Amino acid sequence: MIRFENVTKKYGDFTAVDNLNLEINAGEIVVLIGPSGCGKTTTLRMINRLIEHTEGTIYIKDRDITTVNPVELRRSIGYVIQQVGLFPHMSIAQNIGLVPYLKGWPEEKRRKRVEELLEMVGMSPAEFYDRYPHELSGGQQQRIGVARALAADPEIILMDEPFGALDPITREVLQDELMKLQDEVKKTIVFVTHDMDEALKLADRIAIMKDGKVLQYDTPEELIRNPAHGFVEEFIGRERLLKRPELIKAGDIMIKDPVTISPERRSLQALERMRTQKVDSLLVVDKDNKLIGLVTIKYLHQHLGEGEKVADLMLANPTSIKEDVDVSTVLALMAREQVGYLPVVDEDNRLKGLITRASLVNVLGERY
Amino acid sequence: MDIFSYLLNNPDRVLDLAIEHMKLTGIAVSLAIVIGVPIGIFITRYKKLAAPMLGLASIVQTIPSLALFGLLIPFLGIGAKPAIVVLFLYALLPIIKNTYTGIVGVSPATIDAGRGMGMTDMQILRMVELPLALSVIMAGVRVSAVINIGVTTIAAYIGAGGLGQLIFTGIQLHRNHMILAGAIPAALLALLVDFLLGRIELWLTPKGLHK
Repeated sequence: MIRFENVTKKYGDFTAVDNLNLEINAGEIVVLIGPSGCGKTTTLRMINRLIEHTEGTIYIKDRDITTVNPVELRRSIGYVIQQVGLFPHMSIAQNIGLVPYLKGWPEEKRRKRVEELLEMVGMSPAEFYDRYPHELSGGQQQRIGVARALAADPEIILMDEPFGALDPITREVLQDELMKLQDEVKKTIVFVTHDMDEALKLADRIAIMKDGKVLQYDTPEELIRNPAHGFVEEFIGRERLLKRPELIKAGDIMIKDPVTISPERRSLQALERMRTQKVDSLLVVDKDNKLIGLVTIKYLHQHLGEGEKVADLMLANPTSIKEDVDVSTVLALMAREQVGYLPVVDEDNRLKGLITRASLVNVLGERY
Repeated sequence: MDIFSYLLNNPDRVLDLAIEHMKLTGIAVSLAIVIGVPIGIFITRYKKLAAPMLGLASIVQTIPSLALFGLLIPFLGIGAKPAIVVLFLYALLPIIKNTYTGIVGVSPATIDAGRGMGMTDMQILRMVELPLALSVIMAGVRVSAVINIGVTTIAAYIGAGGLGQLIFTGIQLHRNHMILAGAIPAALLALLVDFLLGRIELWLTPKGLHK
């Protein structure tokens, strides 16, 4: 439906969009996302020629858009912006019916269409037809903004952070309504946002942009499963990655500074250490921080007389795991070994952290 | 003789002068609207010109009216013609300035929405910018008209006519009632015109902007 081929936008020496290649299929919601200044809004506004690109070609339905009159082009594309931009001196009906008016639809057809659209966005025509924008709440105004973009039944709708100025609750409601609306109208929607949750919720495909380039263009699932780039991973956010259990690694949930003790210490010192640190076991590490054993409070009490040093009373070579083991494996291992904790070590058996039942509960608790 | 008996004895004269007064003001302000509004719009499109243009109009505004009349006499002589030129120049600044301010004050988001929906520049001006700037422009027109009614009184000094004629004659003849017979109607005229333009402004303001 929309195709960018080697599209570049320069402002003097500054390159806002850098050799962009992007294909947007009919009926898709494509979300452009990235930090401010990444070129996402510029990309959006190049589609209806509010910004003219410097190099490359943009096609809509295989037609180079520079060959289309910009005014005609814009009338055939819906446009919704964050500030809504309703005309305060026009009634709701006039606002919604503007593009049909510009296109010269007869009055009766316009009126019917406006009523239909008001119904579609869940606002009663009887109540709102003759009202004015300032009488409406922010959420209602943006509903009108969306209705206005749909007025002349365009195939493409451009949305520039349409819900960005709304409170979180209204935003969620409008996102849900947009999804429902989209099921009905099946438009090609290009949606700009900087809110990753919004992107994951709405998008069929997401283009993550930075410095005028698309770093990754994929479905939300694929982005989360295989972030192609360090920045993408960072931008999606560790927390969101953690919400998928298959993606939670031992390294993500371990306690990073577990209480340790040297094997050379006396067993009474180990007990004292447990008491002050309020733990019931200690990891025994040598001077290179390599894991060599584990002492538990229970065992120490039962066998206190059998050795002076921690080394005599520890459980040598306890079961341990590497950082990149996923959480389901951790759970399985804990069940099999009948243990409540698992030390995490690196390739050289150096201690990196500790997973306890409590840290698991925290992570899973966030999810469920 | 007091002012009331003067008015009673010379109703036609006072009325004629008042009408003449209105004509001078009316022509000057109308000209200023016809020329000032387009200038105001023009300098919103070429913002570099805004400061020099407004500066120029401000300079004209600071020249004392009598001096301005004097300056023009060598070129245009005396009578209604130079008076209208001066009145026009005085009316220009508030109208240009308010047109500019009014249009610049229209929210960029509103204009962006209009352009993004496929309005032409002319449609944006006619359907969005002018209606939204109208109350500010009208405020400028009101200021111009009120200033002009005042300056028109002075224009009588160069033979333009109007209610100022009564005032100047009264001063020369030391007749207070004659001065008042010119001054009071002139003041009332200013109030009346301000009021009427206020009603027009309200009437022209789109319904959605009535708060």
